[in-house]
Amino acid sequence: MSIVIENAALKNNALSYIEDTIEKVPALVQLRTEAAETFASSDFPSIQHEEWKYTNIKKLVSNTYSFSNDVNVTAADIQDYLIEGTDVMVFVNGVYNASLSSFTSTEKVIVAPLSEAIEKHQDLVLAHLGKYADNSLPFVGVNTASVVEGGFVYAKRNALSETPLMFLNVVSGDNIVVQPRVLAVLEEGAQASIIERNAVIKGEAVLVNSVAEVNVAERANLSHLKLQDEVENTSLVTLSEAQQADNSVYHNITITTGGHIVRNNLNIALGEHCEGLMTGLYLVKGKTLVDNHTMVDHKMPNSYSNELYKGILSDKSKGVFNGKIFVREDAQKTNAFQSNKNILLSQDAVVDTKPQLEIWADDVSCSHGCTVGALDEEPMFYLRARGIPEDKARGLLIYAFAGDVIEKISNENVRALVEKIVAREMGYDLI
Amino acid sequence: MLKINDLKASIEDKEILKGINLEIKPGEVHAIMGPNGSGKSTLASVLAGREDYEVDGGDVDFDGEDLLEMAPEVRAQKGLFLAFQYPVEIPGVSNTNFLRTAVNEVRKARGEEPYNAANFMKEMKEKMQIVSIDKSLMGRSLNEGFSGGEKKRNEIFHMAMLDPKLAILDETDSGLDIDALRIVANGVNTLRDGNRSFVVVTHYQRLLDYIVPDFVHVLYKGKIVKSGTKELALELEEKGYDWIIQEVEGQN
Ligand SMILES: Nc1ncnc2c1ncn2[C@@H]1O[C@H](COP(=O)(O)OP(=O)(O)O)[C@@H](O)[C@H]1O
Ligand SMILES: [Mg+2]
Repeated sequence: MSIVIENAALKNNALSYIEDTIEKVPALVQLRTEAAETFASSDFPSIQHEEWKYTNIKKLVSNTYSFSNDVNVTAADIQDYLIEGTDVMVFVNGVYNASLSSFTSTEKVIVAPLSEAIEKHQDLVLAHLGKYADNSLPFVGVNTASVVEGGFVYAKRNALSETPLMFLNVVSGDNIVVQPRVLAVLEEGAQASIIERNAVIKGEAVLVNSVAEVNVAERANLSHLKLQDEVENTSLVTLSEAQQADNSVYHNITITTGGHIVRNNLNIALGEHCEGLMTGLYLVKGKTLVDNHTMVDHKMPNSYSNELYKGILSDKSKGVFNGKIFVREDAQKTNAFQSNKNILLSQDAVVDTKPQLEIWADDVSCSHGCTVGALDEEPMFYLRARGIPEDKARGLLIYAFAGDVIEKISNENVRALVEKIVAREMGYDLI
Repeated sequence: MLKINDLKASIEDKEILKGINLEIKPGEVHAIMGPNGSGKSTLASVLAGREDYEVDGGDVDFDGEDLLEMAPEVRAQKGLFLAFQYPVEIPGVSNTNFLRTAVNEVRKARGEEPYNAANFMKEMKEKMQIVSIDKSLMGRSLNEGFSGGEKKRNEIFHMAMLDPKLAILDETDSGLDIDALRIVANGVNTLRDGNRSFVVVTHYQRLLDYIVPDFVHVLYKGKIVKSGTKELALELEEKGYDWIIQEVEGQN
């Protein structure tokens, strides 16, 4: 058995799409061509591949997708996906839609679709785009090789962007693949908050292959939420690639409440005196498979990373967690914590969880732990014996379990939305 | 109110209750005493509906209905309350939110309007006084990090809020100092209104100085081996359980 899936339809179709569109944005031709060459010489991973052991994407990459599809989407179609007090940049099947978007761009905080940014701020874009993500990985390579549009935010020195900015990828149509791209760059001392979300308003067998590159300069602070409240037949492969300079803070929060196959890759490289925070919640049912692969790389001394991922799985859903922590030889005085806790609500739900620690420095403080189990019976009986019906009691306990993840979302409106989504997914009316 | 008839129960194939008979009328206070391991908590748990226990025989009538057929929450809604010997710590569920959910579920089941926030707070304030429970415990996670005494007080507070017809207190006195014991007993006595019935499970006679029972039963090896009035408790205090055990074993 090979560790790759050869001759995948997705690969062949992507290559012809890339060829057809390569001239579209002249400034990106070189980046795309290089990525396309790498992608052409690679293949999508099979389950023989160590990093893809539990997540079979064979069907996903064997499907024939269209890479573009003109549709008309109205404000009413996306109404439910907007968040109060949050700016939004909307893409429809990968195409930027100005009339559905609503955000402000200033001298200090430049916000623009990539196509516009590449015209007005070419140097800023090219200095970072494609520089952090590893294009030799097929999903990343194909995204870079296809990039003509995306979300761009650039916060200059000490700029504070108070309003969160959501990149909303609207998808409409069957067998569509979209490849969202985000580039967020924060100069020294800047602060910003971004959200990535998809809205598959119509369509079967949609694949979203997204790449977000993040560069957080010294003393800067970026909060990055991936809100994946996907419909049943949507699959996601995502990458969040973050570079942190000294004294910076980056907080990635990934919330998954649906989808067919969801594979998230999160990589953080830390400078000195950094805080790298990884928070995740997956609350899934049906046959959803959610796979979170995270990696934090302590390259320098005195940094702190903290990872908390929690899963609640019902029906025949499946969870995969793989958390890598690298502590390099120079990274003395590293503090790295990791915890993955799972509740299985059905006999058929499964979780594969694996911490992977590689520590080369000697003066470090690291801890990790994982749990997989059913909901405790004792608390359940206690609540029921006080008159609370079984389903509500279960809801309260699950809500409590998810609580310490949700409370890490600092923006009130966003937190309220996530609370609502979690409650809705549990099917309980919580007070 | 409650009529237990030849109740037998086991856990993991181990027979624990071996035929309990007990009748409790409205307003009565029954004390159940007995050495450790005799089945007191098992009896309380079976009555409250804990599913780990297998009921092997007998029946329990609660106000004309078959108690053993009911889900635990239905028993609570119909007015049965169990104060746990070991109250469970539930991180992330606030004492107040939990109580509001519980009280409103119980009210709903009784055909009463659920409390709005203001009414609920008013009710809380009133009932908190009964057990002199500290306000700071209300915003905290249910029982999490509570001292032993605080947990027991919280149980009695829950009881006051839920307004049951029959309350079973499982060793609510254990681990309490004399002041806390007095407060808890006071709370119970305040709620003793002539209609509400109590089953007070205790290992020691001490509590019964404050909550004076109408009847005292001794449970031993899964059976009620002796019943009497409050004088029986005093006798047990004086002579221990040995004489009863000997009496029982002697008969066998
Ligand atoms: N979960 C359990 N599994 C096995 N045995 C149990 C369990 N719970 C109680 N028992 C046994 O049942 C008997 C009665 O226990 P319990 O009802 O707690 O007694 P008491 O409350 O009178 O001290 C004891 O022998 C105890 O060991
Ligand atoms: Mg006991």
